[in-house]
Parts: sequence; C-alpha cells; structure tokens
Amino acid sequence: MNALATPLPDEAPALVDSRFTVPGMRCAGCIAKIERGLGEIDGVDAARVNFSAKRVAVRHDARVDDEALISALEHLGFEAQPVAANPLAEDDREAKRLFRALAVAGFGMMNIMLLSVSVWSGAGGVTRELFHLLSALIALPVVAYSGRPFFASAAMALRYRRTNMDVPISIGVLLATGMSFYEVLTGGEHAYFDGAVMLLFFLLAGRSLDAMMRNRTRAGIGALLSRMGKSAAIVQEDGSTQRIAAENLFPGMTMIVAAGEALAADGTVVSGKGALDNAMLTGESTPEAVAPGDTVHAGAIALEGPLTVEITATQGDTALAEIARLMDEAGQSRSRYVRIADRASRLYAPAVHTLAVLAFIGWMIAGAGWHQSLVIAIAVLIITCPCAMGLAVPAAQVVASGALIKKGLLVKDGTALERLAEVDIALFDKTGTLTLGEPRPDTSHLDGRAKSVALALAQSSSHPLSRGLSASLRTEGVKPAAISDISEIKGEGIVATWDNSSVALRRNEIGGPGMSTTLHVGGLAYPILFSDGLRPDAKEAIDTLARMGVCSQVISGDRPGAVAKVVEELDLEGFAGVGPEEKLERLETLRSEGHFPLMVGDGLNDGPALAAAHASIAPGTASDISQQAADAVFIGERLAPVATAVSVARDTMRIVRQNFTFAIGYNVLAVPLALAGMVTPLIAAIAMSLSSLVVVANSLRLARSAK
Amino acid sequence: MSGLAILIPIALGMGVFGLAMFFWAMRDGQFEDLDGAAHRILIDDEDDSERSAK
Repeated sequence: MNALATPLPDEAPALVDSRFTVPGMRCAGCIAKIERGLGEIDGVDAARVNFSAKRVAVRHDARVDDEALISALEHLGFEAQPVAANPLAEDDREAKRLFRALAVAGFGMMNIMLLSVSVWSGAGGVTRELFHLLSALIALPVVAYSGRPFFASAAMALRYRRTNMDVPISIGVLLATGMSFYEVLTGGEHAYFDGAVMLLFFLLAGRSLDAMMRNRTRAGIGALLSRMGKSAAIVQEDGSTQRIAAENLFPGMTMIVAAGEALAADGTVVSGKGALDNAMLTGESTPEAVAPGDTVHAGAIALEGPLTVEITATQGDTALAEIARLMDEAGQSRSRYVRIADRASRLYAPAVHTLAVLAFIGWMIAGAGWHQSLVIAIAVLIITCPCAMGLAVPAAQVVASGALIKKGLLVKDGTALERLAEVDIALFDKTGTLTLGEPRPDTSHLDGRAKSVALALAQSSSHPLSRGLSASLRTEGVKPAAISDISEIKGEGIVATWDNSSVALRRNEIGGPGMSTTLHVGGLAYPILFSDGLRPDAKEAIDTLARMGVCSQVISGDRPGAVAKVVEELDLEGFAGVGPEEKLERLETLRSEGHFPLMVGDGLNDGPALAAAHASIAPGTASDISQQAADAVFIGERLAPVATAVSVARDTMRIVRQNFTFAIGYNVLAVPLALAGMVTPLIAAIAMSLSSLVVVANSLRLARSAK
Repeated sequence: MSGLAILIPIALGMGVFGLAMFFWAMRDGQFEDLDGAAHRILIDDEDDSERSAK
C-alpha cells in the first residue's frame, strides 16, 4: 500500500493520501480500470489497488475531495467507501515481526540441519566438534531472535502465575539450546540445536498463519463517534449564529442545521422542513422527511435545510453514543469466548510439564546420570511439542477463510468460524439485509432510448433514487446518452439537454413506500416506480440454512406492514418495530434458552445485537460500525454467503477436531518412546515434521468445501 | 578439511543473502497484495508510456 504506482515529483503541490474500500473488484480488468480511470482525473497523481484487501490508495491533490473520488469510482462502476488512514497498521506490524522471525528460523533450520546430517551420518572427531561449534554459532542468535514471541508470552503468563502453551515451548527450547551449548563446550557427542530451531520454525509457521487470519478488517468504536457532527451553528441571544464545538453544546440551545451538515446533537425540530439521511442509524437509505416537532438524532445528515433544532441531548447522552455504549458492553460478553486452541492448551501444558519432570525423576531413580535424565526430559518436551497442535487450528482456519473470500465472504477473525459452526438460530434484519436496502426501479416499460437518457441523467446525481436507477440500468448494460447542460435543482430533479430537446428526471415526492420519479424525454413522461426488493436468492439461502438445522426469524425496526410482506414472502416468523435494546433483550432470551443465535444485520441500530450475538454477519453495504461489530462481512447482492459461511464453519470445525485427534494420537505413540529414551534427534525431527505436514495437508481439503 | 573451510562460508553466505533479500522484499511491501500481483500480470500495459508522460 505504501508503494504507489508513480513516484511523486518534488515540485508537486501538497499531495494527500486517501484510502477507499472497493469491495466490488473481482479481476485484473477491475484493477486496470480503477487505476487508469482514477489516474486520468485532474489532480490525481496516482492510484494503487490492493487487491487482497479490496482497497485502493489514491495520492491526490488536496483540492480533490473524497466525495469526488467516490463519485468517480461510481462512474467506473464500483461502489466505494472511504476508510481511515490505515486501521490495520498495528496488526500489520505484529504479523511482519512474526514473518521475520519465521524467515530467520527457516534460515537457521536449513543450515543447522545440513551440519547435523553430516554428524549423524558419521562425522567424528575434530570435524564433529567443528560442525557443532558452527551449529551453535548459528543457533544462538537465531533462537534469541526467533524465540522472542514465545519467550515474551511465556514470561507474561508466568508473571501472572499462569501457564500457557508458550511455557513448555520456551522451557524446551531454552533447555535444549543450553544443554547443547554445554555439550559443545565440553566436546560432547550430541547437540540438539536442530531440534530447538526446527521447533521454533514450525511454531512460528502456525503463529504467522494465525496472524494472517486476524489481520482482516478492523477499525475502532471511536470511528462511530467520529461520525457525529464536530460542531453546530448555535443561535446567540442577539439572533446571530456562532459555531460551537460539539463538546461545548448543552441541552436547551438552538442550532441551525444547513443542508449537507451532520447533526452534532440530538434534538427536536422547532421550525423548517427538510429531509434527513438516517442511513447511518437505521440502515434505511430513503431520506426521512422531518417537520417541526420531530425528533432528530446526532449523526444524521441533513439533505435539505435549513432546520432549526432545539438540542435535547449532547455528547455521551445522544442515541448514537448510547448505541456505542451498548455495543461495547455487548461485545465484552463475546470476548469471553475461549478459543478452542486455548482450551486444549489449558489441559495440555500442565500435562507435558508433569510428564517431563516425571521422566527426569524416573531416570534419576533408575540410576541414569543427571545428564542422561535431562536429555530424556528434553526429548519428551520436544517430541510432545505442540507443533501439530499449534498448526491444527490456524491452518484449517486460513484455508477455510481463503475459500470463503472467493465466495464473497470476509471472515474477520478465527474464533468467528468456531462460533459460526455452533449457531442454531438465525435472526435477520430486514432493510438492507434481506432486502437490498436500496431503492431499485422497475424499468420494464422504458424503451432503449429512454433508458440511456435516464442513465445519463441519473449518474450525474448522488440522490439515493438516482443511484439506484443508475446501478440497475448499468447492470442491464445500458450505455448513457450524450447529454449536455446538466443542472441539478435541489428538491426538483435533474434537467439537461439531449438531441436539442430538454430532458429531465423530476422528483415526485419523498418518503412513503411508493417512491417514484418521472422521466421526461421529448414531451413524453415516463413514471418510474421504485421499491426495496428482496435479495434475489433470499428464499434459497434461508432454505439452505433450514436444511442445516438453523431456523430463521426476521427481527426489524421497521413498521409491521413492511415486515409482514417480507415475512409472508419468505414464510418466516417475524418481529417488527424492535429497537436496539429490544434486539439485545431478544438475543439474551434466546441465549438463556440455550440457543446460539446468529445475527445478520446492517444498520447502526443492529450494532449492539451484532456485537452480542454468538456470531454475526453484516452485508458489505452496512455502516462501518456494523461491519466492525460483525464477525464476517459478505459482499454483493446475494445472501447465499451467509448459508455458505455456516456450512464451511462446520466443515472447518470437523477438520480442526480431526487435526487435534491426530496430534494427540501422535503424542500417545511418541511419548512412550521418548520416555524410554529411544528417540534419537533424527527420529524426533522426522516425526515432528511429518506430524505437522499431515495436519497442513488435512486442512487443505477445506479449500473445496466452499464449492 | 580445506574444502569445508571454503564451502561452508559460501553456503552460509548464500543463506544470509537469501534472508536479506526476504527482509528487503518485505520492507518493500511485496507481500502486501499477493492476489493482486497474480492478477496484475494479465493487465496490458500498452498505455504506460502515455501515463508516465502525463
């Protein structure tokens, strides 16, 4: 992301970097289209796509704002949203540290192995001592560098008088290295540097896979509050207005909200009529008409104005802040979920320690010297090394999430798959989840000429209806007509000239379920009706879930009438008019009944429920906050990824269980041999690698499970 | 023995060189967009000259 396509010339004006997520890119053509398309815009210096992250980084002149770039992307046919500078930077650094440690361990392992093989195949005398010395010279820095992630974590656990998987690993590695070093100095016969470094290599491979998994989209709850307006124009006693920062606002003040402004506080409309974009709060993208007496919420954007609003709640008391707080609390209940690997290591680590200590004591009693006893104890620690265990979970999860990405579902962290596998009931929000959340027009009665004019007009406006119209016409393959003199009149529509006659797209009325607009072409008027239709495969996806034993319900904040229609069409149980707190309560009830609920929703009002549910999925069109709260995000118009996610998650858990069974079985066979003192370094090394390879190979079978 | 004195440093040197290259490639961001790199090879860059001229 930091490498941009063209180097920037020294004399260029102040350039800034902006980043956008573009979930719709799918192929090489998209990369070329976006990079070239953006590159041609005046003021854009360079655009670089990161295909894996579905992002585009644009270096541009400060004069070009985000809005302009987003609309440019829309013209290229891609939906885009701006993202904060680089929310992944922190996690990225962690993953990079692991990759570096892995590379160093790999280098050490290969070279020490070469020297060790020579010793095992019979090198003796001075040569053996030289090789051991060389091994020591390579191993000591490598262990010091690559072992840090484990030593740090083990030290942390011990400081709090707990034990985790890293404790036996660290003890094993340090003891083996120390012993071997002692052997080298005293000219002894055996050195175990190879074992120690190889152990580190395989464990780091597991950790790196795990880090890759966690590196998926993450932002912060802070992003939520940043959506609130930063300041408001407050009416002073003398009648003039003054901008006051959001933190200095108090209930009782009167603010004037201009069109295009985000509200900084909750309030009641005193005078003025207008429309608000509440998409952030409710997920409903149709503008909501407001009149005096109506309640408005911070975070909403005024589409028309001005409005005079008396402030009723500010800062931490707003509905938006309340939702953030609910989400924070709800999320904590889920963070107590114990990962399957941690559950295993809780039993595993003490068992391994005890076994190694017993081996040492046993051999001392049996009369072997302290040296031989210690060697055997180390062999036990190493051969029971949780290599295969360490790989069992991350390998399966990485393969599964890779397969799911190809199906349009982005899983954000590993425990999500574990939790998704357990769900037995699915709650769906309506608007934007079961439906597209976007008004889509019925254009069947338009002829080709009218369609191309409609597209040309619609794509020059950012009104939700225009956006729906242009998106739907573009998917039909309509080419826009060449129109000129385009002008948008607020509250009226778009007017332009085409073929020497005037054409227009006029707004009829806002609000209500029957949204519509009228297209005028050369004296003819075509009414266009819009509706928020169900996702094309909603029925199918819900049936698939039912076949897997997951029954579905609709839980929506919308009016009973609108919900009833969807419920009837899909043949589901449904609840209407449910607020954020009630959604939470409903989830609590289900949990207390012993269910594991899956929440699928997109609006900010679903945020707390998404955070509280056992597992949750949000569509790619959801508000940032909902995407942040959800475990997984699906892209595109189809609902099928939700069902696929559950089935792949279940397959993943099956493979994980197989991996664990194998890893435990391997230990049961290998430990007695180690205890009996029969494991030579060569055998230990081969057994360890083989067990890890088996686990990885087994996990690769998941690549096919998302067929 | 004298053969080892030459060959072992060479082997180690090659290993260290490989490791250094990996570190460089990682710092350079070459592992940041693996899927993109696979797709980019399909893009025709005929108009690259025209773009850099801009």
